[in-house]
Amino acid sequence: MEPVSESELSEMIAGADGPLRVVGGGTRPVGRPVEGATLALTRLSGVVDYEPGALTLVVKAGTPVAEVERVLAAEGQRLPFEPMDHRGLLGTKGAPTIGGVVAANVSGPRRIQAGACRDHLLGVRFVDGTGRILKNGGRVMKNVTGYDLVKLMAGSRGTLGVLSEVSFKVLPEPPAAAVLHLGGLDETRAGEAMCAAIRSPFEVTGAAHLSEETSSGTSKTLIRIEGFDASVSYRAGRLADLLADFGEVTIERDKAEIARDWRALRDVAAFHGRAGDVWRYSVRPTQGATLGALLRAMGARALQYDWGGGLVWALVPEGADMRPDRLDGHATLIRADEETRTRLPVFQPEVPPIQKISQALRDRFDPRGILNPGLMG
Amino acid sequence: MDMPAPDIDVIGKKSQLISRLLETLPNDAVIHEEVETRAYECDALTAYRCAPLAVVLPSSTQEVSDILRICHEMGVPVVPRGAGTSLAGGALPTADSVILGVARMTEVLETDYDDRFIRVQTGRTNLSVTGAVEEEDFFYAPDPSSQLACAIAGNIAMNSGGAHCLKYGVTTNNLLGVTMVMMNGEVIEIGGAHLDAGGYDLLGLICGSEGQLGVVTEATLRILRKPEGARPVLMGYDSSEVAGEVVSDIIRAGVLPVAIEFMDRPCIRATEAFAHAGYPDCEALLIVEVEGSDAEIDEQLGVILAIARRHNPVELRESRSPEESARIWLGRKSAFGAMGQINDYMCLDGTIPVSQLPHVLRRIGEMSKDYGLDVGNVFHAGDGNMHPLILFDANKPGDLELCEAFGADILRLCVEVGGCLTGEHGVGIEKRDLMFDQFAPDDLDIQMAVKDVFDPKWLLNPAKVFPLTASAGRRAA
Repeated sequence: MEPVSESELSEMIAGADGPLRVVGGGTRPVGRPVEGATLALTRLSGVVDYEPGALTLVVKAGTPVAEVERVLAAEGQRLPFEPMDHRGLLGTKGAPTIGGVVAANVSGPRRIQAGACRDHLLGVRFVDGTGRILKNGGRVMKNVTGYDLVKLMAGSRGTLGVLSEVSFKVLPEPPAAAVLHLGGLDETRAGEAMCAAIRSPFEVTGAAHLSEETSSGTSKTLIRIEGFDASVSYRAGRLADLLADFGEVTIERDKAEIARDWRALRDVAAFHGRAGDVWRYSVRPTQGATLGALLRAMGARALQYDWGGGLVWALVPEGADMRPDRLDGHATLIRADEETRTRLPVFQPEVPPIQKISQALRDRFDPRGILNPGLMG
Repeated sequence: MDMPAPDIDVIGKKSQLISRLLETLPNDAVIHEEVETRAYECDALTAYRCAPLAVVLPSSTQEVSDILRICHEMGVPVVPRGAGTSLAGGALPTADSVILGVARMTEVLETDYDDRFIRVQTGRTNLSVTGAVEEEDFFYAPDPSSQLACAIAGNIAMNSGGAHCLKYGVTTNNLLGVTMVMMNGEVIEIGGAHLDAGGYDLLGLICGSEGQLGVVTEATLRILRKPEGARPVLMGYDSSEVAGEVVSDIIRAGVLPVAIEFMDRPCIRATEAFAHAGYPDCEALLIVEVEGSDAEIDEQLGVILAIARRHNPVELRESRSPEESARIWLGRKSAFGAMGQINDYMCLDGTIPVSQLPHVLRRIGEMSKDYGLDVGNVFHAGDGNMHPLILFDANKPGDLELCEAFGADILRLCVEVGGCLTGEHGVGIEKRDLMFDQFAPDDLDIQMAVKDVFDPKWLLNPAKVFPLTASAGRRAA
């Protein structure tokens, strides 16, 4: 099924007589495998409204991310949350859609400074499991009218409703950037360096560390800043002084080079084409290195740290259960075969009272249980 | 303002309720004498008052849990209250309700600068959260103008904003986790010191739910390192259209100021008479503030001033010292107080798409003539959040009703041009009956379905947010 309008989407869901597998571009098959008729949103595409002077953009959910980025770039603006492209990591083809980004609340390295996808999502239109067309939020930046279902829909992976339209707060693309590079730090020291940088007043927009297995023998630590040219130079200088104790600091200023490096980090390119499952962990930034050591002891082959240590990517042996018993944060199984994704919980298991709320919400939004059933629990 | 008839059965159980509460709480945490409960009869929306059945002032999450369990068992409605500064009647009691005030819960539980968060009890005031981390040069970003008095609990309930949210976002963008007590007394934890939580974004759902889904007793808040400095510039224009163009041009030029504030002539005149900030007498005044080191500020202001000049300002004033910066902000910060000197006023809070500013101001001016009530506009121009202040005389019969009708028309206008009823104050009782102007019945039904999940008996913060006609069936069930 490929609806071309919101009303057609509504009719298809209302008329469905069995489970639906809801997809955008189908490039992020994360979650427990779903059986059902495919409902693809790719034909529900196009920009509805874009006001560069108000920093707001409204688009239909099936619009390719590439098209959104092109439209914004033409006005010198961008999606601030730097959404990851999962194709390289998951070995998928097709065009990622903006609705898919929202449904999975996909954010990239800039999340530490700019916020997540959900923080920039101003409004949604969606169809619930009974076929009702619903809206929440809007296209203005400040809006507290009624409950915030916008946040609830972000990251609900098509299990509460099928997104038909989404609106965002966008931001200007800064003219300049700089990246400070440190080499050879162990993970604890790298965590300290990233922390020192983010704690500074110099507005770090990315702090990542590649373990030695992921970067040809020597570990790499990268700190990114963005802004107007003189400001970037000033802050790069101050940060270089601040990080002098951690070893030799080199500064990259070439914008194209920086864009390439951070796209690779964003998409976890270090794991592309390498065998094994991939897990993703969200923890306190200062616990990143401790978690990393634990994961290595459990068999992890390579690690990438983002968000100043708060986001850890691990390449691990196939089929292994890599969720530590006591984890102050959460672990998600991002890449594995269907058998593993069926056997192990893909998302962090919820405690019973939260599980009860999640299930009750599903029962209200999708009383027949036909939208991506079982994908999230 | 219609409120549901109080439940006579509940009122009849008052003495039984009080004795059960006193069994679990210290004596001084339960207030039930009529002379004392009257202190809680309203919040900052003082036009509406109703003394509650009782007031409880717990000191811990456990006590909150005990109170809610008792009220749940006895079917007694509960109105959560932070500092009582809601402008929307978000903490207005009903005669059959218990006020649950978190004002005694003010502890800082954990501070972590490396992971950049603070965990506090939610009775703590907004400004004192920043106060607790200032020695390390950190701050908590959301800054509602009531920040000296308002509590984090209320900030979370209303998803409060402030003048600086163009850059830093509102409460929901700065909230990492909560401890929340459900109406049945169950305590749940959502989120924590890590960034994105797994599963559904219940944290985002709780924030802004106006105390109707649970009582948040502890909050993990994101703290940020203070910028090296900040500096405002003031500009005056002959027309609001031009001021609107300036705002749009600044944003399009790639500068992201921390604040862009707008005031119109009636507001400028009132604040001049009151605060003597030396503002020009013009149609539209903008205050634009940027942050960073001196050199970075110069760089950004260079861009902003060039845009400002291109639009022929009647005044353009740069600050050269902290004193001058304070003078530029003085009038804006005293705007509400100044308007209050002239008369009683009602402060609205709609948001509009920034491009609609001139149109909306023109329409408000026309309506002001039709209604015969003066209005001044203060406005977070960067994000489209308007604060029209309608002046009226509370002692003049019919004036309040007239003012409310005018206010409702302004808010309908905000919705009509693509905006919303409330940008940062919340719906409360004030905008409850306008919800059908923004939402279709199904849009409200799905929100109420969320309330069904968290509070099936509809006991938490009754008669707020949803039009009574829309919620009648659920409340009776």
